[in-house]
Amino acid sequence: MVSETIQLRGHIIDSLTLPKVLDEILTRGANFTMLEVKIGQRRADQSFARIEVSASTHEALDDLVLRLRQHGAEVEDKGDAQLAPAPADGIFPPDFFVTTNRQTFVRIDSKEYEVQPPIMDSGIAFDLANKKARTVKFADVRKGMEIVVGHQGVRVVPVQRTTSRTDVFQFLNANLSAERPKGAVIREIAREFETARKENGKLLVVAGASVVHTGAAEYLEQLINWGYVDLVFAGNAMAVYDIESTLFGTALGVNLEQGTLADGGHQNHMRAINIVRSAGGIAELVKRGTLTRGIMHACVKGGVEFLLTGSIRDDGPLPGVITDSLEAQRVMRQKFKGVTLALLLGAMLHSFAVANLLPASVRTLVVDINPAAVAKLTNQQTFQALGLVTDVEPFLRELVHCLEQLRAKQK
Amino acid sequence: MRELLLCAPDYYGIEYEINPWMSRARGAETELVKSQWQGLYKTLVALGAKIDLVPPQPKLPDMVFTANAGLTVGRQFIPSNFRHQERAGEAPHFARWMESRGYEVLWLSNELYFEGEGDALFGGDALFCGYKFRSDIQSHRAVADMLGCLVISIELVDPRFYHLDTCFCPLPGNGAIWFPAAFEEYGQRAIRGHVSDLIDVEEEEAKTFCCNAVVLGRDIVLPEGAPNLVRTLESRDYRCHQLPMSEFLKAGGACKCLTMFLPQREKV
Repeated sequence: MVSETIQLRGHIIDSLTLPKVLDEILTRGANFTMLEVKIGQRRADQSFARIEVSASTHEALDDLVLRLRQHGAEVEDKGDAQLAPAPADGIFPPDFFVTTNRQTFVRIDSKEYEVQPPIMDSGIAFDLANKKARTVKFADVRKGMEIVVGHQGVRVVPVQRTTSRTDVFQFLNANLSAERPKGAVIREIAREFETARKENGKLLVVAGASVVHTGAAEYLEQLINWGYVDLVFAGNAMAVYDIESTLFGTALGVNLEQGTLADGGHQNHMRAINIVRSAGGIAELVKRGTLTRGIMHACVKGGVEFLLTGSIRDDGPLPGVITDSLEAQRVMRQKFKGVTLALLLGAMLHSFAVANLLPASVRTLVVDINPAAVAKLTNQQTFQALGLVTDVEPFLRELVHCLEQLRAKQK
Repeated sequence: MRELLLCAPDYYGIEYEINPWMSRARGAETELVKSQWQGLYKTLVALGAKIDLVPPQPKLPDMVFTANAGLTVGRQFIPSNFRHQERAGEAPHFARWMESRGYEVLWLSNELYFEGEGDALFGGDALFCGYKFRSDIQSHRAVADMLGCLVISIELVDPRFYHLDTCFCPLPGNGAIWFPAAFEEYGQRAIRGHVSDLIDVEEEEAKTFCCNAVVLGRDIVLPEGAPNLVRTLESRDYRCHQLPMSEFLKAGGACKCLTMFLPQREKV
């Protein structure tokens, strides 16, 4: 997307020039953001509007602006973004531009470059030789790197809210508290899953250990087996309990069938870790036929990518778990490409980490029993986030049920 | 008594083509030109108008269309900035004449195209201004600033109706005659929003330039060839004076194009 800011002045309300210009923008497949409107107070007073117009290509934008000029639009002169060299490795120059998770462009030599990938809380490095703008985290900063400073020449594209009521994410755009019925929403979400799959969008699941603890692993396993899931992010714990439950029938020593403490159950997760470590990894364990079901098994069998990252309180960890958190961020960022839908399931801290890295364009569904976690996560993804305050097990059970019905209908 | 500015057609002819009506292959017949212009002059005098004549100039054949001299409000005159070089030479002659008559001349900046009363007509308490083919919308803003009045800018979309006065004619009491298809949807809505009593003209009659009429109270001077409009106007107690205008139509003009009000409004 490329953009220009135009100004309209005159009796643009009485002459209907303003609605006409907006209509023209939309009719030509472009978009606008109203930056400022001042309406004249008296009859003879002129009005004023500043509008940011964005189109998919430079040519389309030029054509459109040419047409809008006929209606009196004047194009605002935009300055280039300012660059300053990073003073040292890992240090941004003062006044560096801090990114949001929205699509962002920088203007250099009067041309706009899209910043890739859109990640919040980063700086923007501009590669003058290759004319590329990218987000960089502290750890990526190298001395002398050209970093965007100030706000001039930086354009952040707001996520447009659709007016369509059919999009459950944007229409609800809110959190459903524990007291509200969720059946209808879950049905809509099931439809979103189907749509995402048809449109080849990637679905990311961030799963907390609670998925296993609450006995919902079999439903997530089902979603993976049906092919809805493309990418799973989890901590060491989720994988450990999933494997423990397959090998011993317990999760952190609790019998999943009866909900009672198993004798000597507290040892089970340690033994499970040891078995995986001895085998050399989860995939190895599946290959040997030791791990025959569960979430991790479904991922390995179905070739679904998974990324396990560690935390301070981890036991083990399992082989393959990334314990360097900066490295974990880096790998996560690489894997986001193509993700259109993210399902954050009962993994508060892990979900915060992922949400920090997600572009605003990804539709995000947060399911957590803790209302505060849901509120914080959906706030971060203001426009396309939907939060459900509920235990993950009933949610996943209902979702699988809805998908089953949809699939039956399609057959 | 209304005062009108006219210009004798001594040098009038089809010498270039700057609108779809003009064809150098189809010249105007001198004798007919004279008699048709005299017919207009006499009709206006008979209706009690005071006529001023600006001296015609050689090589400026369209100077006869005084509506495009500029826009006069009170004692102020805003001269046109013609879009076409062919007509640009008219402006200083009109301005000098107006100045000699004691009008204050307010020039628009050079880059703003504005073709005077041809594209700027008062209706109710607004000044309706056409844009695109001749005047630019940017000039409307400048005119609004100069006069301190509400300007309704309307895009013209049919090249045959290239000036506002070819398809829109305000009537007393917030009415107007118009040919709706000469405007796009928003222009039509803007006009409907500001004019309470609109008389639609069908295409066949619009092509005779019946909207290009001089309104003097209940008297309307218009080209012949629009019987339906005349019937409608007469049923509303207007007196219609239909004149042959064939020779001026060849240049895309008729009664209104041949006249400019001095002033169009006393004040805004």
